[in-house]
Amino acid sequence: MPLLTVQNLSTAFHTRHGVVRAVQDVSFQLERGETLGIVGESGSGKSVTCYSIMGLVPQPPGRIEGGRALFGSVDLLACSRRELNRIRGRRISMIFQDAMTSLNPFLRIGEQLIEPLMIHEKIPRSAATDRALAMLDEAGISEAEHRLKMYPHEFSGGMRQRVMIAMALITKPDLLIADEPTTALDVTVQAQILELIKKMQSELGMAVILVSHDLGIVSGFCDRVMVMYAGRVMESARTDDLFYDTKHPYTRGLRNSIPALQMKGAELHTIPGQPPDPQHPLPGCPFAPRCIHAVDYCAQEEIVLVDSPPQHGTACLRVQKENLSV
Amino acid sequence: MNLPEIFLKIEDIRTHFPVEKGFLFKRRLGVVKAVDGVTLSLRQGEILGLVGESGCGKSTLGRTVLQLVHPCEGRVVLEGRVLTALRGTALRKARSAFQMVFQDPYASLNPRMTIFDTLAEAMQAHDKVPREELPGRIDALLRKVGLAPQARRKYPHEFSGGQRQRIAIARALAVGPKLLVADEPVSALDVSIQAQIINLLARLSREMGLTLLFISHDLSVVKHIADRIAVMYLGRIVELGPAAQVIEKPLHPYTKALISAIPIPDPRREAQRARILLPGDPPSPLNPPGGCPFHPRCLYAVDRCAQIVPKLEPFGQSEREAACLRVKEINGC
Repeated sequence: MPLLTVQNLSTAFHTRHGVVRAVQDVSFQLERGETLGIVGESGSGKSVTCYSIMGLVPQPPGRIEGGRALFGSVDLLACSRRELNRIRGRRISMIFQDAMTSLNPFLRIGEQLIEPLMIHEKIPRSAATDRALAMLDEAGISEAEHRLKMYPHEFSGGMRQRVMIAMALITKPDLLIADEPTTALDVTVQAQILELIKKMQSELGMAVILVSHDLGIVSGFCDRVMVMYAGRVMESARTDDLFYDTKHPYTRGLRNSIPALQMKGAELHTIPGQPPDPQHPLPGCPFAPRCIHAVDYCAQEEIVLVDSPPQHGTACLRVQKENLSV
Repeated sequence: MNLPEIFLKIEDIRTHFPVEKGFLFKRRLGVVKAVDGVTLSLRQGEILGLVGESGCGKSTLGRTVLQLVHPCEGRVVLEGRVLTALRGTALRKARSAFQMVFQDPYASLNPRMTIFDTLAEAMQAHDKVPREELPGRIDALLRKVGLAPQARRKYPHEFSGGQRQRIAIARALAVGPKLLVADEPVSALDVSIQAQIINLLARLSREMGLTLLFISHDLSVVKHIADRIAVMYLGRIVELGPAAQVIEKPLHPYTKALISAIPIPDPRREAQRARILLPGDPPSPLNPPGGCPFHPRCLYAVDRCAQIVPKLEPFGQSEREAACLRVKEINGC
């Protein structure tokens, strides 16, 4: 049985200027110990997907319009707040892009680390402190005893991210959701943090959902990758298949526009145009206006993610109908 | 190209910021040596990529070149004119030769001005363009950066990030500069849009003979656009050389680590390659380590690295330079 099954998740924000459909009809499964990457540009709905699962979408203006998120036998989208609180922070943890804004600046690191243990496991303070020390050590923070008494602003960006990881993993969760965990960091520090998450994952055997805009990070880190665009899943496949057997024109365009892979001198490949405005959704495939392969029916028919071959889903109408190869 | 002459010369620039405490009775706590002895020359039409992690002084260097901050030592010479010696009106007049593009196109455009007003203001700041000529010149400018002339009646909020960056570039070009400093011009943009802006800057540099100082933390972006790359660490340049060579075969241990840390969007190559994991964080520029600034994190550091400050020295026959005491041993010669 999969650890997490998300079915037809749709989340919308009802604002004064109209309805923004941030996530539409997203489905995926996650096995124990598996790593799933969610890739997309800003506004593609990758973060909102995770926030919806964690019950972190502010309602109103947000609203979960439909779908289920089965974690074991519990539907995270429908269960009571009490039930959700028993799961969040204990069995599912989340880390965010900006550690400075997610740590409480008024509390010492020690307090923030011990809190989840005292709430979820109801163990005495001294035992919790011991666990916190061990955890900081695991997370690569030296002089842990001294560090426990420090405030978040006394740490560097990379160290703060380590503290946040220690905090998220101290309850040994089954699933870690990492929302752009390294975007605010320098590349050399990014490599350290990714290595740390990988190490902790193999020690704890937990599943990881890594949200990122960087295909490079995902390629070395994830078992499977889901590419999102305008709130929808465009392509979903095992990492190798996604990179070496790309099916969707958007994934292809995204890969081609990465400077790292292209030779110097040549014009960089670009995707023409701009991402769509989520407030004015177009009928048909949201990528159609920018797609070089688009034909008339792309702008008219609804898209659905179809697996073919198994384990490799594509939402491109032309791939589904005409076996288009990109 | 037959040896074009030196266009921009940066000579031993030091830009230090005092850190003070207190309001009336200021105590000096220390000095941040944001840029500490940088020497560089750029040829006409050349694109130099300036790379480094946050806090290494790359933006301060860019601002010093443009005289937005004054260095405490050193000279900036543009086409034979010593910019660091200019003040007041003379400096303002000279500014039409060098312009800047900023990172965040959401913050760098005035939200209350139409694109026409923004561009017209820039044009008229330096030479008196007759009012009736403005629309024509602005249309031409917008076309040059890939926007439709209709854009001039709109406000910044009506544009996406990539389009705003195009407008910011148009504004910089409005006064006909010869040198453009672009400080992280694509970092705030999505991947699919980044490529568009990089192509635009490369094309403009080629077509207009624009000299470009391209500042970025992202080596893969710089590699694509730059002729040469300069790598900075804690206020100093640690490696300088032709872009392809620096990326293919970095000399300095820091550049090696930096390049190995870039994730490659290719699962098989990513799985095969060895990654150099640097220990620790970049040190605080307020309290830099003695000797080579990189030695506390360096895998090759020996005792003398903690004592001697390495100079940027030529390596081999090519135009390559590195600031490392052990550069010859490490690179096997």
